[in-house]
Amino acid sequence: MLHRYLPMTEEDKQQMLETIGVQSIDELFSDIPESVRFQGEYNIKQAKSEPELMKELMALAAKNADIKTYPSFLGAGVYDHYIPTIVDHVISRSEFYTAYTPYQPEISQGELQAIFEFQTMICELTGMDVANSSMYDGGTALAEAALLSAAHTKKKKVLLSKAVHPEYRDVVKTYAKGPGLEVIEIPYKNGVTDLDALQAEMNEDVACVIVQYPNFFGQIEPLKELEPIAHAHKGMFVVASNPLALGVLTPPGQFGADIVVGDAQPFGIPAQFGGPHCGYFAVKSALMRKIPGRLVGQTTDEEGRRGFVLTLQAREQHIRRDKATSNICSNQALNALAASVAMTALGKKGVKEMATMNIQKAHYAKEAFVNHGFDVVFTGPFFNEFVVRLNKPVAEVNKKLLEKSMIGGYDLGRDYPELQNCMLIAVTELRTKEEIDMLVKELGDCHA
Amino acid sequence: MHKDQPLIFELSKPGRIGYSLPALDVPAVDVAQVIPTEYIRQEAPDLPEVSELDIMRHYTALSKRNHGVDSGFYPLGSCTMKYNPKINENVARFAGFAHIHPLQPEETVQGALELMYDLQEHLKEITGMDAVTLQPAAGAHGEWTGLMMIRAYHEANGDYNRTKVIVPDTAHGTNPASATVAGFETVTVKSTEEGLVDLDDLRRVVGPDTAALMLTNPNTLGLFEENILEMAEIVHAAGGKLYYDGANLNAVLSKARPGDMGFDVVHLNLHKTFTGPHGGGGPGSGPVGVKADLTPFLPKPTVEKGENGYYLDYDRPKAIGRVKPFYGNFGINVRAYTYIRSMGPDGLKAVTEYAVLNANYMMRRLAEYYDLPYNRHCKHEFVLSGKRQKKLGVRTLDIAKRLLDFGYHPPTIYFPLIVEECMMIEPTETESKETLDAFIDAMIQIAKEAEETPEIVQEAPHTTVVKRLDETTAARKPILRYQK
Repeated sequence: MLHRYLPMTEEDKQQMLETIGVQSIDELFSDIPESVRFQGEYNIKQAKSEPELMKELMALAAKNADIKTYPSFLGAGVYDHYIPTIVDHVISRSEFYTAYTPYQPEISQGELQAIFEFQTMICELTGMDVANSSMYDGGTALAEAALLSAAHTKKKKVLLSKAVHPEYRDVVKTYAKGPGLEVIEIPYKNGVTDLDALQAEMNEDVACVIVQYPNFFGQIEPLKELEPIAHAHKGMFVVASNPLALGVLTPPGQFGADIVVGDAQPFGIPAQFGGPHCGYFAVKSALMRKIPGRLVGQTTDEEGRRGFVLTLQAREQHIRRDKATSNICSNQALNALAASVAMTALGKKGVKEMATMNIQKAHYAKEAFVNHGFDVVFTGPFFNEFVVRLNKPVAEVNKKLLEKSMIGGYDLGRDYPELQNCMLIAVTELRTKEEIDMLVKELGDCHA
Repeated sequence: MHKDQPLIFELSKPGRIGYSLPALDVPAVDVAQVIPTEYIRQEAPDLPEVSELDIMRHYTALSKRNHGVDSGFYPLGSCTMKYNPKINENVARFAGFAHIHPLQPEETVQGALELMYDLQEHLKEITGMDAVTLQPAAGAHGEWTGLMMIRAYHEANGDYNRTKVIVPDTAHGTNPASATVAGFETVTVKSTEEGLVDLDDLRRVVGPDTAALMLTNPNTLGLFEENILEMAEIVHAAGGKLYYDGANLNAVLSKARPGDMGFDVVHLNLHKTFTGPHGGGGPGSGPVGVKADLTPFLPKPTVEKGENGYYLDYDRPKAIGRVKPFYGNFGINVRAYTYIRSMGPDGLKAVTEYAVLNANYMMRRLAEYYDLPYNRHCKHEFVLSGKRQKKLGVRTLDIAKRLLDFGYHPPTIYFPLIVEECMMIEPTETESKETLDAFIDAMIQIAKEAEETPEIVQEAPHTTVVKRLDETTAARKPILRYQK
């Protein structure tokens, strides 16, 4: 058949069959027993030409309300941020996106160096010693942090703050079933992990304490108070962190975190319905040889020239098989590249400026809600999200907002029965004063 | 002499910026007023300070130091490095796909849910399975998801003693690693001299403690496991489940479906068979298909079609839970869907036919110059052994490095582990006969060099931006980040 992706001509085919010594392509499949041979064609949609398919899929995409057209106050782990135009130009260079894992360093120096730079930037932001080349996303990175803690401490109990993203917690619980870890959820109090409740669960069996910073409610967890509790019995202190917030907040590494994970989506990665995003994984050097995933290291070639290679591969599945520290193989390299470009574009100054702007806009919004008589549920310091209590179901309110071409915040009642009618509102640097004012106005009479 | 590309940090100069943020349009709250001092960062992260052109030149220079499928032939076995269609990239960037939030009301994302649902339907038909989840982010993630479902299935039957997962000695490293993460012990089953699973050995290792057999078919030697139905019978009779590693699905599209071969669980690598792309190592996408008896255990939520449109179903009491936040690598799934719709049923059939024709052609032409350990029709890939060249002092690693001088990415090397000095070659269907011939010529030349001027091969590569790198020192004294 003729297809633009298939260069084979009839003449080529005949010559090749002759070289192989068979009469037909079908003969090459003679080793598939008749009993399992699929007869005929798949019952799937017929192929469409390029312009027809483009048109169809454009119409399909147009059925969705995108957050570039509809101002959105949804956060909850995925944020609408400034993406420097340059990001897409870099990741569209096909030398990057059509390559695979850099197994052959001599012809993969570009990718390897870019990852090395990514690792460095993640270390800078988190205050950690070593960062890997990426994980699938923040949630699976957190689950791997729990597994690493358990393997390293040889303990089986995971204390997980309920102020951690509910979907991240779900992923941790699924992963925990493999090695048979016990996950105990620690309640929150005024929007942050309840220190007394945590203290009460702490003992010799605890592999790690997991908190999020800023947490799911946007609140800044008291890492300083949490750290001594987490470390009292030789457990690991694991912090999931929004890396953009670390442009302003003291990095978890400085508070003694052993593992810091998160999602680099705020840096140059579009929401795209939840994925692909870009997990990151950073550790103190003591855990360097146990970290999951690919690591890029600097070295020299035979002539003394600087170069980069995949290193410490003895941790990995293709070498250690069932003894590997993780099963991860493919990661999120292209998104790590996107995040690197965004972090580079923002740079030392911009990352602070953007993070600060998130704080300022979110605080302006919070004040506006307070001034309009709303109950802002948690009163501690926060980054770019806060919780407002309404007098009716969030879904209902969001429907009304949609009529005004706005996407409202997250319905916390879905995960927290005690937070029925509570909306988690995210305000990034992209939300204008006008949009914020409109949100407050539209919610006008919904205060509890 | 190639010029080094400095690190972006080395190009940094205080006072330069590469961003453009809107002016603050709300009162400028002083951060110190709202965040306690000890939580305010005292020292800024040392990120680069560069202009936009600095950035573009830097990454353009890096890209030139990288080989992708668009740069040249990339016959990396088991990775299916086929052409990545450009329409996929455009479609994935439509605002309605790229800029939708996963937690938006369902009525605002009907197009996305419809695409996911239709992709699932297509993958069900392609694999012969009853249900598909798009949640796993990559192949290994799919393996683990599938194994967790098998575990849940056995436990739901009150069967708690199935602690072992059987994998062939030719299996991808992820198989045993995934089994471990899922809490299983791995048992290895041997291959025969013909390169297929040894049925007697399988009978020996299978038992009441068998949770599953993980199999790639065709296997990593590129050979179709002809006794698949018998193997399925052996495993099923013992109460185990059969797991299909879909890394090699490109070999059997429209020819044989895992569901018809007796497999209970399948994962696919959308970044391989369905043109992901590979992204320099990811992101991938690893959907998992299952037979009806495993469907209740699918991770939640699932995408369903109801009377009032598409919706996410969270009400799944037997689900293994969530394996990933949100619904999978949607952006990659959009690309795979675009590809499947570009190919259609006859296109996908041609894909496999040409992939297998290309592999057999290369194998026959190279068999004269390199050892061919398994002399029978291969599927989409084949293995050669560099045994003959090793006797001349030229290792497979040297051959791989020499190929770099010809502008090729080498095959997968030293895998599968059971073949000495192994080279695993997968040409894919998107390569022309001219490309294959040129590569074959290079391989023949290298075989001759191994005999006549081995040092040319041993000292390769000669043309790359760096020569062979010191991996030993890199591992002994790791430098994993830049420091001033």
